[in-house]
Amino acid sequence: MSELRPRRYGPRPQTLPGRSRRLAAVVVPPLILGAILTGVWYYASYVWLRGRRRVLLAPPHKVITDGFGDSTHLGEILAAAGRSGDVALRGLIIAILIGLTLATLMSQWRSVERAVWPYMISLQAIPILAMVPVIALLFDTGKTSRIIVCVIFSLFPMVVNALFGLKSADQGHHDLFTLNNASRWTRLTKLLIPGAMPAVFAGLRISASLALIGGIVADFFFGRGQVGLGQMIVRFKSETNSPLTLTAIAVACIFGVIVFLVFSWIERRVVGRWYVSAGRNGP
Amino acid sequence: MAERSDQPAGGGDLALAFHDVGMTFADGTEAVRDVTVDVRRGEFVTIVGPSGCGKSTLLRIAAGLQTHSAGEVVVDRSRIGYVFQDPTLLPWRTVRQNVELLPQLHGMDKATRRRLADEAIATVGLAGFEQHYPKTLSGGMRMRCSLARSLTLRPPLFLFDEPFGAVDEITRERLNDETQQLFQAERFAGLFITHSISEAVYMSTRVLVMSARPGTITRGFTVPFGYPRQPELRFEASFADLCHEISVELREASAGAGR
Ligand SMILES: Nc1ncnc2c1ncn2[C@@H]1O[C@H](COP(=O)(O)OP(=O)(O)OP(=O)(O)O)[C@@H](O)[C@H]1O
Ligand SMILES: [Mg+2]
Repeated sequence: MSELRPRRYGPRPQTLPGRSRRLAAVVVPPLILGAILTGVWYYASYVWLRGRRRVLLAPPHKVITDGFGDSTHLGEILAAAGRSGDVALRGLIIAILIGLTLATLMSQWRSVERAVWPYMISLQAIPILAMVPVIALLFDTGKTSRIIVCVIFSLFPMVVNALFGLKSADQGHHDLFTLNNASRWTRLTKLLIPGAMPAVFAGLRISASLALIGGIVADFFFGRGQVGLGQMIVRFKSETNSPLTLTAIAVACIFGVIVFLVFSWIERRVVGRWYVSAGRNGP
Repeated sequence: MAERSDQPAGGGDLALAFHDVGMTFADGTEAVRDVTVDVRRGEFVTIVGPSGCGKSTLLRIAAGLQTHSAGEVVVDRSRIGYVFQDPTLLPWRTVRQNVELLPQLHGMDKATRRRLADEAIATVGLAGFEQHYPKTLSGGMRMRCSLARSLTLRPPLFLFDEPFGAVDEITRERLNDETQQLFQAERFAGLFITHSISEAVYMSTRVLVMSARPGTITRGFTVPFGYPRQPELRFEASFADLCHEISVELREASAGAGR
C-alpha cells in the first residue's frame, strides 16, 4: 500500500494583482505573438524575396516610414477608409434588420424556415466574383451596389446565430410559459428574444467584420465610383508601391479590430450582467 | 388493479382527479398505467416512487403539458402552481423580476405585481436579494426563488415535482416548514412528489406509493397528524412507524413491477 504524503497549501496571496499586472496579462501575449509575426514578415521580406523582388513586400519599418509617415497619402487612405466604413455600416444595419426579421419568422414558422434555408445557404455559397457583374448590371457601380455586397457578406452569420439563439430556450422555460397560457407574442418577446441576445451578439461581431470586408471587396472589384479602401489597394498595387499598399491593408485591419472591440463592449454592457458564458471560469 | 386511495373525512371541493390514467409515449414507453387519484382542496397528497416510474409524467399530464393516452383527468387548469424539478429561472431577470413573471404573464398591473412578488420573496426568505441575478445565487436560493415565483398567483392547485431534491437537509427542512405553513394559510390542493419518505410524511395528509414503470398507485397511507406540525414530530415513534411502513411498501413496489 502506498504511503500518504500530505503537503501544505497556503491561502491565495492576499495582495490582489494590481491594475498594471492585469493590464500586462492582457497586453503581453498579443505583443509576443505580434513580435513573432513581425519576425516572419522581416524574414519573408529579406530572405525569401531577395534583390529586386523585395519591392513586392516592404519590410515593416518601411511601411511605417514610407506609408504611415506619408501624410498626404495617409490622409487619402483614411478618407477612403471612412467611405468604406460608411458603406459597411449601412450594409450592416440592413443585414441586421433583414437578418433579425428572417430569423424571427423562421423561429416561429417551420415552413418559413424550410423555405428560406436553401436560399440562405446558396447566398453564402455563391462566390462574390460571380455576383459582382450581375449587381453592377442591375444597380450600377455606385453606393447601392456596394451596400448590397456588404449585406450579402454579413447576412448569413446574422441569421444563423439569431436563429440558433431563438431556438435555444430550455424546455422547462417553454413549459413555464405554456402553463401560464402565454401567447405566441409573449413567448417571443419575454422568453425567446431575451434568451437569444448572447447568440445575436456573437453573430453581430462576425457580421460587422464581414460587412467591412464586403465593402472593401466590392470597391476592389467594381474599381469605379467613390474611392474606398479597395480601390486604394488596387492603385498602390499597380504602382508597385508596397509600403502604401500594406498601409491601406493595415488601416483596414485596424478598422476591423476597432469594430470588433466596439461590438464586444456593447455585448458586455447588454448581456454581461446575467450571461455566464461557458468556460469563463476556466483556469 | 389500482387500489383506490382512501378518502379523507373532511375533504372539500375536488381540485384534481385522475381516473385510470395511462400514458404510453410515441416511442412505445409505457410510463404510467391505471392511475386513480383525487386531490381536494385542503389536501396535501404526496407520491413516492422509484426513479423513472412516471411521477413527473403524472404532474405534466395534470398541468396539460402532456396529453395522456388512456383514462380521464378532471382539473381546472386556469391557475396551477407548478414547481419544477429544476428552478427554471430566467437568467436575464433579477430575483424580483423572476418572481414577478407570472403576475406579468397574467396581465396584472405593475403595483400589484410588485406587491405580490415582494410578499412571496419575503415568504421564502430571499428578502435583500431582489436585485440579484440567478447566476449569483446558490442552488438552494434559486429553488427558493422558483418557489416564490409559483406562490405569487395563490393557485388553488399546487403541483410540486421534487422541488427540494437538490438542497441540503437543513434548508430542506426549512422549506418543508415554509411549504407547510403556506398550505395551512392557503388551504390549496397540493400534489407533491419526493424521494424522501420523511419529507412526505411530515408535510402530507396522504402519501401514495407508486410502483416501478409502468407506474401505478399500489397503496395509500393517511397521515394522522394535525397541523401545524412541529419539527420535533420527526423524532416521534408514531412518525417513525409510519415512515417504516411506507418504506416497506415502497421497496415492494419498486421490486414488484416486471423487471
Ligand atoms: N417524452 C418522452 N418520450 C418517451 N419516454 C419518456 C418521455 N418522457 C418520459 N419518458 C419515460 O417515462 C418514464 C417516466 O419518466 P418520468 O420523468 O415521469 O419519471 P419520474 O418518476 O419523474 O423519475 P425521477 O424520479 O427520476 O424524476 C421514464 O422511463 C422515461 O424514460
Ligand atoms: Mg421526475
